[in-house]
Order: sequence, then structure tokens, then C-alpha cells
Amino acid sequence: MSVIYLLITVSIVVAVIFLLAFIKAVRSGQYDDDYTPSVRMLFDDEIKKNPNKLIQSQKEKQKSI
Amino acid sequence: MESDTCFHCGNEINKKDEVIYDGKSFCCTGCKTVYEIFSQNDLTCYYDFQQAPGATPQDINGKYDFLDNEAIVEKLLEFNENTTSIISLYIPHIHCSSCIWILENLQKLQKGVIASQVNFPEKKVRVTFNPQETTLKDIVYLLSSIGYEPYISLENYETGKKEVDRSLIYKVGVAFFCFGNIMLLSFPEYFEVQEFWIDQYRPFFRWLIFALSLPAFLYSAVDYYKSAYKSIRSGILNIDIPIALGIVVMFVRSTIDIIMGYGQGFFDSLTGLIFFMLLGKLFQQKTYSFLSFERDYKSYFPIAVTRVTANGTEQAVQVYDIEKGDRLLIRNQELIPVDGILISEKASIDYSFVTGEEIPIDKKSGDKLFAGGKQLGKSIEMEVLFSVSQSYLTQLWSNDIFQKKFEQKHKTITDKVSRYFTPILLLVALASLLVWLFIDTYQAFNVFTAVLIVACPCALALTAPFALGNVLRIMGKQKMYLKNATVIEQMAKVDTIVFDKTGTITTNKKTAIKFVGEALSEQEIKLLKNALRGSNHPLSRRLYEYLPDAVKIIPTSYEEITGKGVLAVFDSETVQFGSAAFLNVEENSDYQKTKVNIKINGIYKGFYIFNNQYREGLADLFKKLAKNYELKVLSGDNDGERETLLTLLPNDTELIFNQKPEEKLKFIENLQQQGKNVMMIGDGLNDAGALAQSNVGIAISENVNVFSPACDGIMDAGQFSRLDYYLHYAKNGVKTIYISFGLSLLYNIVGLSFAISGHLSPLVAAVIMPLSSITVVSFVTIMTNLFARRR
Repeated sequence: MSVIYLLITVSIVVAVIFLLAFIKAVRSGQYDDDYTPSVRMLFDDEIKKNPNKLIQSQKEKQKSI
Repeated sequence: MESDTCFHCGNEINKKDEVIYDGKSFCCTGCKTVYEIFSQNDLTCYYDFQQAPGATPQDINGKYDFLDNEAIVEKLLEFNENTTSIISLYIPHIHCSSCIWILENLQKLQKGVIASQVNFPEKKVRVTFNPQETTLKDIVYLLSSIGYEPYISLENYETGKKEVDRSLIYKVGVAFFCFGNIMLLSFPEYFEVQEFWIDQYRPFFRWLIFALSLPAFLYSAVDYYKSAYKSIRSGILNIDIPIALGIVVMFVRSTIDIIMGYGQGFFDSLTGLIFFMLLGKLFQQKTYSFLSFERDYKSYFPIAVTRVTANGTEQAVQVYDIEKGDRLLIRNQELIPVDGILISEKASIDYSFVTGEEIPIDKKSGDKLFAGGKQLGKSIEMEVLFSVSQSYLTQLWSNDIFQKKFEQKHKTITDKVSRYFTPILLLVALASLLVWLFIDTYQAFNVFTAVLIVACPCALALTAPFALGNVLRIMGKQKMYLKNATVIEQMAKVDTIVFDKTGTITTNKKTAIKFVGEALSEQEIKLLKNALRGSNHPLSRRLYEYLPDAVKIIPTSYEEITGKGVLAVFDSETVQFGSAAFLNVEENSDYQKTKVNIKINGIYKGFYIFNNQYREGLADLFKKLAKNYELKVLSGDNDGERETLLTLLPNDTELIFNQKPEEKLKFIENLQQQGKNVMMIGDGLNDAGALAQSNVGIAISENVNVFSPACDGIMDAGQFSRLDYYLHYAKNGVKTIYISFGLSLLYNIVGLSFAISGHLSPLVAAVIMPLSSITVVSFVTIMTNLFARRR
């Protein structure tokens, strides 16, 4: 009979989930820097022109120059 | 590729030094090497995001040797375990998206780097690396070799990972959650629909609302209770007392209402109030994360210096571990961290950090060296006289003024108003309680609580945060960066402005150069310019820039005697320049100024004098300011410039010369004891005491990313002539607050009339509260924006 109890419970639970998600996001430091990620997301495709090349350490490189 | 600017750093290319590599022009081999490193590692996308984003790598040989010392490295790391270490490095050069890109691809340049992440606003890069494959020193060298030299100072020592306080954001989140849900659940009651099922579930709704209000009441609003409690204990009636009282009364009354079944209570208004007020607090908390207002000598000083041990070996030693009697080796461009005595024959010390004056001072063996100077030229050795904390410069920071907290220094406008508001409110509440007690006992309780609820000064409390927060943002956009909102209130009260001279009203960038003596021929100027090219002395650099361009001739012989002068030979001709003693000529004492004497082919030609160049618009600014403010100029220098200043500045400007750092502080203190509100404008570390002592201390900076002493605000040097505008704007900002106080009091009176007559329904409260807040907030936002346009 009282479907309203169910509905309101569900709505509050959903709201609580959002609140927890918000707190978790703040705690992880997501809002500390609101500029860099907006730039970073534009980069991904640009790297790796030649992915097979080995990464040299700084010393090896100085020898090779 | 044809261009006049360097492909890497964007600086103009001197045709003689041009390096062409891979079809691109570079201004020097340093820039070319960076390009080479990037192209070998397929990282040339670096140049795609931004044109010429780089910086020329500096020579850092030996500078970071202290990073071999594991105890020091340990203190710098944020996190350290077997195979993972994390370090946060501050890199001043970070300025564009190319920087972010290259720094986040460090793992391609250095084996052992696991990941790196840039925080652009703070100009920091956080590098995670494997200490078994690479070292912190390697990473620092790599960064320096690609033009991103990190800045490591004593301040980084022992800080480790800083805890960020995010509790205000949590509180706002929780309050919004409660407010939103309660609003939705309150709707059926607002419309008083007399339907069967709403009547049926009324208690359920009400108790649910009660439960939802608890987190906001018990957690989000907790700061108000604390602050109110504190202020009652210290006997000052601040704005948080009526707020806390309002919140508590509202909660108790609403709880009684629903227990007794009188009504729905005021939970919606209660949570809304908490949410809006916290939002105001958040808005006021505008911070400039790339600036620091709390710097002391620690951010200037190095972490470690080189100590020469008894058997002659060199060893990196932490600055705090330096003891009296130690022998230190100071390299070119290194900072002297302690007072001591020069052992080497000669030194040339640049005290620009301390005094703002960049022309170096020459020292002989046995002379005393003060902490804060920078050695230019050859490495020197010195013997330590005092440890860091006892040195002349650092002792300034043991003055009481640096121990005080900013908040305790001043009283805010809101607190001032609430000193009257709070007692009046309590009187009205008690009076209406008494009156109603004679009419209707039951209503008396209602009216009493209603008065406290409706008078809860939420609009009043919102006014200042929003007005000041907005002014803070607008000033920030115009390159005047203030530490916090309280500074604006202080700026509006200022009646005396004290200026430092060197570096504040003069600029270091330009110098007015004048030649006195027999005019030089074109050929002679050409030779002089070429002779100057090899010298790194700041005066030589300035003179070099000042002289017209000339064809490059390489001297056949060249000799520079540090701190004295240069002897350059070009085939048959000789050029000598430097001090009078060096040239064996008599000092011309008519000019009490810095000068460079010139001798060509053995004949004394005359000298160049270097005048201080005053900032543009200085005379105008002083004229404008003199109308409303008392002006004073404090200088650490001698009074050689007195005449020039007198002609430039308004007559009643007081000029005081030969001031030591503590004397500057004392001077400000004296003015304050005469009841003046003093604004200090300075730049160097020698002004730090005066900046801290003054009501408002503004540091002026040629480049806001570079270091400035602890202060209340940092002003971009280019904006110097607009100082009067900022002051005027701050005044208008405060005026706006007063007008809007009147507005919110009007709302309070309307609300009170409802309350006293016993007609305050939850619905009326729920309308009046947000309405007053919204009008007040929009009023102050519009007004502060309007005032900003007036110039």
C-alpha cells in the first residue's frame, strides 16, 4: 500500500550516493587543480610517432650525442 | 625556416650567435641541445601546442651536488619506498600547454621515471620514480637540461606532503544535500493540500525532514557555534552570535513544532541559511595558488651549501648544520646563507634580494659578508661567524610581528556592525517576549523564537563575503593580487602611504645612462661595445644594451679584474673601463652616482653615469595621491637622489634615507602609534619587517611568479601607476557593503514586524530568507562590477 515509503527511500538513497561520490571526488584531490586536466585531455593522440624506439637513460644518451 | 626569433625559446637571435640545426634557427647552443633531445625522443610535438615555448637551459654545474646527500633527499621526498619515490618540484618556467605536455612525458626522457603529473596553477610537477633506476639528482639535471630548472629552497625542507584543508567544501556539499532534499519534501506542506493521503503521511514527511536536517545542523554549521562560543568568551559580540543563536533557536522551535504537531517547522529555511552562508565563505576564499604571501627568508635560501673540510675536501652540508668556524665554498650565483668573513682575495656580492639594488658590492679579503648576498664571478671561500638563525638578516624574522596571526590584527566591518546589531536584536526579542507574556503566554514563546529566527542576519553575513570576494577577483584580473578579503577593508582605511625607494618607485629594468666628458667617436663606441661584450658585470650589461649595435670584433687580448674593470686590446687599440682607481685617474666627486670610467688608447675620455630610472607615471601618481594621503619615501640608500626626488614628488612628501630593515619597521610602528593607518609598498627582503608591521603591506614585483617577501598583496610592477585606482576601488567596495547592510536591515525590519505581530509562518520565513539573500548578493555583485569600470 505505501509505495510512497519505497519511492522516497529510493530517492534519498540516490541522493546519498551522489553526496558520497562528491565527497570521494573532493577527497581524491580532483578539485584541487581545475586547469591542467582540461589541457591534458587534448594531448593523448599526439604522442608516439615511433613507439618502438627504446627509451634511453640520460647517461646513454650523452654518450650517443 | 626564416625567422628572427629562436625556434625554441622565442628570443631574438643575434646573427653572430645563430645556430642552425635541422633547418631551424636557434639563439644559442643551449636551445639547440634541448631541441636535439626532444627530436631524438620523438617529442617535437612540444613545439606544436605553443610557439617557441622553451627556455634556455642554464649552467648548473655543481649546483645540485647536495642531492647526493641521502639525508637531504629523504627530507625532500613526499613518499619513499623500495621501488617508488615521489617528489613535488616547483618549476617557475611552467607557463603553457607545451610545458604540461613535455613534463608529463618525462618517462620518455629518463629511464626510471614512472609517471609525472603537472599542477599548472601551482606550477608544480609531481614525479613518481624508481630510486633503484634513477636518482632525484638525475631528474633535476634532466629538467634543467631541457630548460625546466626546478626551484629548490630551504622552504621545501621538511615540508613533505602538505595536508589540504577541504572541510569547507565537504560542509557545503552536505548542507546542499540536506537543503535540496528538505525543500522537495516540504512542498506538500507549503500548499496545504487537504488531501487524505497527505494528511496520512504528514508525520512521516516531518520526521524525515527532521532527520535530514541533522547533518547540516550538527556538522555543516559547527564553525558558527565554535566562533560564537569563542567570541562570547573573549567578550566581543561578533556576527556569529546571532547566527548561531538563530540556527539553534530555529532547530529547537521546529523540533518542538513537529513533536507537538503545531506545524512543519523551519527546517527548510534552516538548511538553506546554512548552505548560503557557507557558500559565501567559500566565495570569499579566493586564493592565488601560484602566489605565496607567507614567504620568509626560507624561500630564498638554498637547502645546502658546500663546506670545505679540514683536509680540503668538499662536502654538501645542510644549511641548518652550518656552525661557527666552518669554511664554506660559494660558487657563482650562489646565495650566502650565513654571516661570515671573506677568506678569498676578492668577491663581488649582489645584495638585490636584500636591498633591491642590483649593482654588486665589492669585498676584499677579511671583509664581513652578510647573509642574503649572491656571489657573482669566481667561487669564493668564507668563514662562518654566525649560524643561520643568528645571522643579521634572519634575525629580522624573530621580531614579534612575524609571530602574530593576521586575523588578530584587524577587526572586520561585519564584526563592527554586529557589535550594535546583536544587543539590539536581543533587546527586541526580550521586549516582545515580555509584551506578549501579558497578552498570550502560548504566543509569547512563538513570537520570541520567531524574532530570533527572522532576525538571523543571514543577508548581513552574506554581504561582506560576496562584495569583498568579488572585489578580490576583479583586482586579481587587473594584476593586483591580494592575500584575502580583509586586506580590502584595510586598504579602504589607509591614510598614510610609505614607499620604499630602490626597486619600488625606481625600476631595476631600465637605467638612465648619461655620458660626461669628451664625446666619443663612432669608432671608439664600436670598440667599447665590443669590449663590454665579454664582461658579465651588471653595469657592463646595462651599458652594452644602451650602446648602439656594432659589428662584432674579437679582442686580441682581454682581461677582467673582478670588481675593478676590464682591459681589452684590439690589434693596435686598447680600451679600458671600470673604476677610477683601476684607470689611475682622479675620482670626479661632482657626481655621487654609480659610474663607469672610460679610457681609450691610454687617454681618459670621461665616464658614464647611471641614474635611477623612476617608474612611469610616478609624478602623476604622487600628485593624485597627495590629495588624500600622507606620502613618505623610505630608502636604504644614501641621499644622493634627494634633489631629483624633490623635483619629482609633491612638496609635502617626507623623504627619509639610510634606513636599515629594523628602522623601517620602527618607522611604521611610530606612525601607527600616532593613530595612522599605514600602507607600505616595498619589494626586497629588507622591507619584509615594514610590510608585516604595516596595516597593508603591498609587495611590488616585476614578475609576479618570482619571489616577493611576505605581504598582504602582490602588485604587478606594470600597474604601479594605477595604485590610486585600486585604493579608490577598495573604498567603493566598502561603501557598497555599507549600503547593502542598510538593505538587509530593511528586510530584517520587515521580517521582524511579521514576527512581533505573531504572523511568521514557515512559508513566509522560507520566502523572506532566500529573497533577502539573493537581492543582497546580486546588489553587491552589480555594484562592485560597476565601480570597477570607473577609472
